[in-house]
This record gives sequence, C-alpha cells and structure tokens, in this order.
Amino acid sequence: MFQRILIANRGEIALRIIRACRELGIESVAVCSEADRNTDYLRLASNAICIGPAQSAQSYLQIKNIISAAEIGNVEAIHPGYGFLSENEHFAEVCRSCNITFIGPSPEAMARVGDKVSAKELAKKAQVNLVPGSDGLVESEDEALAIAGRIGYPVLIKATAGGGGKGMRVARNDLSLKDGLKQAALEAEKAFNNAGVYIEKYIENPRHVEVQIIADQHGEVVHLWERDCSTQRRHQKLIEESPAPNLPQSVREDICKAAVRLIQAAEYHNAGTVEFIVDSDNQFYFIEVNARIQVEHPVTEMVTGIDLIQQQIRVAAGEPLPWKQRSVPCNGAAIEVRINAEDPENDFRGSPGKITKLRIPGGPGVRFDSHVYEGYVIPPYYDSMIGKLIVHRPTRAEAIACLRRCLDEFVLEGVKTTIPLLKRILSHSTFVEGRMHTTFVEQHLVSKDRS
Amino acid sequence: MSEPSAASPAPFDLDRLQQLIELMEKHGLSEVSLRRGQEQWRLRRGSPAPVMMSAAPMAPMPAAPPPPMASASAPPAAPSAPKDDGLLVIKAPTVGTFYSAQTPEDPPFVSVGSKVSPQTTVCLIEAMKVFNPIPAEVAGTIAEVLVKNGDAVEYGQALFKVRP
Repeated sequence: MFQRILIANRGEIALRIIRACRELGIESVAVCSEADRNTDYLRLASNAICIGPAQSAQSYLQIKNIISAAEIGNVEAIHPGYGFLSENEHFAEVCRSCNITFIGPSPEAMARVGDKVSAKELAKKAQVNLVPGSDGLVESEDEALAIAGRIGYPVLIKATAGGGGKGMRVARNDLSLKDGLKQAALEAEKAFNNAGVYIEKYIENPRHVEVQIIADQHGEVVHLWERDCSTQRRHQKLIEESPAPNLPQSVREDICKAAVRLIQAAEYHNAGTVEFIVDSDNQFYFIEVNARIQVEHPVTEMVTGIDLIQQQIRVAAGEPLPWKQRSVPCNGAAIEVRINAEDPENDFRGSPGKITKLRIPGGPGVRFDSHVYEGYVIPPYYDSMIGKLIVHRPTRAEAIACLRRCLDEFVLEGVKTTIPLLKRILSHSTFVEGRMHTTFVEQHLVSKDRS
Repeated sequence: MSEPSAASPAPFDLDRLQQLIELMEKHGLSEVSLRRGQEQWRLRRGSPAPVMMSAAPMAPMPAAPPPPMASASAPPAAPSAPKDDGLLVIKAPTVGTFYSAQTPEDPPFVSVGSKVSPQTTVCLIEAMKVFNPIPAEVAGTIAEVLVKNGDAVEYGQALFKVRP
C-alpha cells in the first residue's frame, strides 16, 4: 500500500480523496494554486504545496508543476480526481516514466477507450450496441435511403466536421431525408469547409444511463450498477440517481453486463464509467467511456456500500477486488443534486464571492460532499460546483421527500445558487414519476436558451 | 454542561493577550484564532477592543483574511513591493528544489552582500529534472538568503531579500 499520495486536484474532490487517504492511513500531499492557498481542507492533508498562480493552465493543468510537487513531496502515487489531468494520457505516461503510480487506467487503456473510433471498435468486439447508422460518410442519396430503411426513421443527418449540436438535422421520412441531405451538405461546406455528412438513428427524448465499473490489475472486472443522469441542463448534469427508475431489471442487468464486456475488451483497470443512451423502448446504445472517477460517484457508494475512492487506491496498489459480482448489492435509492454557485436568473452565469451564511441539512441518509464553509470565498477561476447533496433512503419516493426536506433546510447566503431550480425539478411530475430524459429540464423548467 | 466562564484570565494569559493584540495591529489582521487542547481563543478586531472568547472547541475559523478576488489575470510571482523593512522579496516562480549554485562544487550564485541586476541568476530551481535558472528581476544587494541548498520550495515562496 502506498505511504504517500499526491492529489492533483482541488475543491470537493480533493477533500474526498484526502478523506479516503486518512482512513487508509496514507499521507496525502495536496497541491493548490495561489487562489486556493487559504482553503480550509488543505489543513487535513499531511502537506500542501502551492504550485502556481490562480489560472488552471498555469497550476492544476501544468504537468511539470504537478510532477515537481510530487517529487519534492516524495509521493509514490498521484490521484488525479476528475477533470484537469484525469484523462490526459500524456500525464499518465509522464507519471509512469517518473516511477509514480497514476491512480487510474494505464495510458494505453485510456487511449483505447478515449478515441471515438477505437471505442466503437471495442464496442463491436464486445457485442455492445452502438447507435445504428452509416459506417462513415454517406456517399450518395441512394445509400442514405437504404440506411434509413435499415435503421428506421427518424434519422439524424450529422456533419462530420461539426460538433456541439452544429450541423445536425432530423429527417422523418424519405422526402425530408433527400432534402435534408442536400441542405446539410451545403451548410456543412459553408460552415466547416467540409461537406461530409453521416447518418445516425435519431433517439428522441433519450435517457442518459451510465454504468460504474471497477477492474483490478488481475483481470477481474465488476460493475457497481447503473446511474440515471438524464436530469441535465445544456448537457450539464444537475441530478444523478441510482438505480435508474422505471428500467426493467432485465435491462439493468443487460446494460451492466454490456459495460463489463466492453471494459474487459479494453483491458482497462481501475474505476471508469460506461455511458449509454436509452430510448423509449428501453433499447440502449453505447456512447462513450469516462476513464476517471466521476462527480456523481457518491450515488453508487450509497447504494452499494462501497468506498470507490479507497477502492481506486487499493486497485492501483495492486490489491485484488475484495468482492465478486454476485456480492455487489444495490440497496435502496440514492439521489444526488449538484449545488452550483450560479445565478439562475441570469442565464446561470457563475456567482463567485463570499459565503456569508451556511447551514447544512442532516438526518438519516443525508450526505454533503463539499469543501465550502461559512466565510469561504468562492474564487472565479474554476468551475461553479460548490457541493453535492446526496440522500439514500429505502425507496425513491422517500429519497425525493428527504431531498426536498434537505433543500428546505439548506441555507447558503452570499452567492446565488441553483437550489431554487433543483427544488422545482424535484416537484415536477416528470421527475417524480421517473420519466426523465435529457431535455426535459430545458423544455419545462427553464426559459428558452438564448444560445 | 458548564459553560466556561468569561471571567478574567490568569496574569500569564493577559501578557499573551497583549502580545496578540499588538501583533494583530502591526500586521493588520482582523481575526486570529488559536487553539491548544480544550482551550480556544478567538480575537476579532473592528470593535472598540478585541474580544476574547474561550469557548468549547469548535471548528477553527480561517486564520487570515480571505484572499482578494481577481477579475483580471493574477500577477505573476513578481518581487513584491517594499515591505516595512524597505526590502524587496524574490519569490519562487515555480515549484521544485532550490539549488544555490550551478553544481555542488561551484560557489553559490549569490550570497549576502552580492550585487544583483534584473538578469542576474540568483539560483536554480529544479523541476522534473530540468534546472531552471531564476533571474533576480530586481536590482540591488542581497540582504538575506531565506532558503538552503536542496530545500523544496513552492510557487511564490520567498527566496531572497534584496535591498534596492
């Protein structure tokens, strides 16, 4: 087991990792930028090293600063957290060449699952469903019609050089497909200088369901059940829960097994998440792998009783997983809400500043993962998430009631937060009935985006 | 549970209290929190006299005032403005290991009394096997060397004091 670990991150996840280290009897070296120097959680690390100015690019993202701190901190391993360098293959390689264990997958496994083309190949090899579509660019109208005939309408025409929602149009029949292809090619040529388009099945009102996996360095891969993260705003998750509501048990088992097959095919070890979209017929399709621990990991920790961060450290130290698949439970229902310092009335722009009052809820099944405290000044340089409130109760209905009660108890003054929006979501029939999909928040609960 | 009394502290404590008050005024601190075992002191300036509280242990408040929030880019680790003693401070522009000379056999780049100009190399900081020469960035005479050869230094750490 490691004696000393460096945490290459900040905020709530850095605190989370420090806590895991303390319980395992491992010394922790925290890094901080000048803007984070006085943050309270640093005192819980064995040592804190300032590695650069406020800007992430010159501090938390600077590989040489992180490695330099690791060297003077005399650590054996680095936990990258999420974001920052956690999915940076080059960083993982540098750690390895400096004889420092990167707590995560190998650079090669990261590359195998991180590259879109390679990940699709792995999915095919592992017999995991992909979103059906053309295999590459569509060369002719006839080809497009044949594909649409095969996969069924509606279909999505996508510009290969596009991204982030640009260069996409939906076609619901042969006529609109023919028209759409011409239009899409013209627009793509104009906007991206590349007229190439491809076709995918259009999934209406998809659910975002992801599977937590963890694999040791001895070939054992285990899933820790699924999470539903459909409650989003502009592709940013607001609420995550486990188990996914209204998903038949057989589908849950199939989707989790598919995730395990894919991770096995990737020869991946440590923690990761396999993302799927699920359509209204409960058909699921592989989207991508997140080769890191995720923000919403506490939801899985509550229903399985497993400390994921500790387990990541153990796996990295070479220990075998201590349980087999059949002993991984999914007890009760856990729901997490992300609390962001954002102004819901001003297009959710960041609301940095000093927290003048803070009262955290409590009671059975209540967990608050956060680095903030009364008097803390939220810096403007980093993401706006200031804490995660997680509840775990025997049923989903009880979890919702608990969460509503907690948000009513919650007091946070000095900055604006997304708590009012969260309360409205938790009272909305779509959420209460477990019928969420990835655009329901934008459709029903926020004013139209001025994008 | 009996409340700790706010009665007059022992004479020893009065001296300590006086020292703390003077230190707070000298350094412009608005709040100081100290804890030793079960005893906790919290002094806050801004009222006519600093208030001493000896309460049951609670979570310590941050000891220093919160850092200022910058809206534009933060300044680089440049030498700070002259302090009370009129000296400039050369700070580490990177995290790593401080070396005072080019090699172990060489004399140090500078020592107390050395004259420096902005381009003078005052030390090396090694990060990831790369030895970075650190320029003085100020002109003057080295008044104090604050770190030893081989010390680990963090970003922004004070290395030398320079009399301009």
